[in-house]
Amino acid sequence: MENGTPENGSVNGTQTDILPDLSAFDGVDFSNADLHDVVIVGTGPAGWTAALYTARADLEPVVYMGPEPGGQLTTTTDVENYPGFPDGILGPEMMDRFHEQAERFGADARYGTVTHVDFRERPHRLLIDEETPVYAQTVIVSTGASARYLGLDNEQRLIGKGVTACATCDGAFYRGETVAVVGGGDSAMEESTFLTKFADKVYVLHRRDELRASKIMQERAFQNDKIEFVWNTEVIDVLGEDAVTGLEVINNETGETRIMDDVSGLFLAIGHTPNTEPFEGWLDMDDSGYILTKPDSTYTNVPGVFASGDAQDDEYRQAVTAAGTGCMAAIDAERWLQENGRVSPEPARPKTSTHDDPVEAAAARS
Amino acid sequence: MADNENVVTLTDDNFQEEVLESDVPVLVDFWATWCGPCRQIAPIVSDLADEFEGRAKVGKVDVDNNPQTAQEYGVRSIPTLLFFHDGEVKEQLIGAVGKGQLSKKLSALTGQPA
Repeated sequence: MENGTPENGSVNGTQTDILPDLSAFDGVDFSNADLHDVVIVGTGPAGWTAALYTARADLEPVVYMGPEPGGQLTTTTDVENYPGFPDGILGPEMMDRFHEQAERFGADARYGTVTHVDFRERPHRLLIDEETPVYAQTVIVSTGASARYLGLDNEQRLIGKGVTACATCDGAFYRGETVAVVGGGDSAMEESTFLTKFADKVYVLHRRDELRASKIMQERAFQNDKIEFVWNTEVIDVLGEDAVTGLEVINNETGETRIMDDVSGLFLAIGHTPNTEPFEGWLDMDDSGYILTKPDSTYTNVPGVFASGDAQDDEYRQAVTAAGTGCMAAIDAERWLQENGRVSPEPARPKTSTHDDPVEAAAARS
Repeated sequence: MADNENVVTLTDDNFQEEVLESDVPVLVDFWATWCGPCRQIAPIVSDLADEFEGRAKVGKVDVDNNPQTAQEYGVRSIPTLLFFHDGEVKEQLIGAVGKGQLSKKLSALTGQPA
């Protein structure tokens, strides 16, 4: 934890002297930019929990909700493993409640996506939607992860036309049809089970011959007679012009390929990729793009920047662990601010606390 | 939100008149009550309706009640956001998207900066 100059920044865990591209900041006037004690990036369980705690600490956090407000839980159905909800709770409803609780204590939630950052010096500079400048004394990154796709050309072309990563959003469009779910984890089991409410038949295509889903989720899927498991199988092409009309798959044991021409919907449940692109080159990350944090904390390599939730967690990825690290990030940020104090942007501002600075007070209202 | 009078409730019955025959560009949000991401972007769509009042129209199609329109435009994923002008689809965005992106596309169609 020395300092945040780009010379100490690194990419994928290796030291580098390459300065991240700052051209997006060219011509952006920061002279009237808002200055906040805490800017929270992302609104899953981690972001909202960080917002709740920093709001209760009177840090007046501003939360940027990003392109997928509420995060992954908004695409799930029943959350049955979040303590305190013995009857389960719907994912979207749970995120509404997180949001409401954070706002109750004064968190300022805003639509907008943090697209660029400049962590060379404090206060940190952020761009919202590529154009709106914001200063932050501390930043809590809780951008989470988004569904992963296979990366096939025709798959990408047919997203929204039969290819989707959100069974709860799109399942109802497949009433009476045959669909395929790709994956072997809990979300693949949940999605395939959910899809049987609409589809006549659900194939689960898995590239191995056993699942990594939890036992309870596996059992549910095995017992459902609309679900057929297709083992050792990978999708190599998605067929169709304006809508999915079939899949080409390969058996990775025999090398045999075949067309599944009864499939009109392809649901991906093959994991997630972290949404950490705006922070590349600034924050240390592993090879998959997950932000590295100092052990037993949410500290990143940049002082005053903290990471929580799935953006830094490739291992547990639960709502409750995300909320836990969001809380840690809030406490880390609060203590860090106490120890390191606040700084005014160069050059004009007097070095007073943010709350007393008339320039900032005016800017904060704009 | 849902009761923002600037947001037009579109149906299979009024789609022709409200969207295809509209003089101004129309942003159409295909959604459903059970869709989490749709609920999350609803306030953005509502904001845009206010910001573009007079310059563009913003409407919502509940796909459960209006299957014909959803089918007509091949909507199989929600939220799907279609941008209409002169009776044709000019742009489409699928999945939850940021306000900036929506605003830019709508501005481009109205021929005015955001």
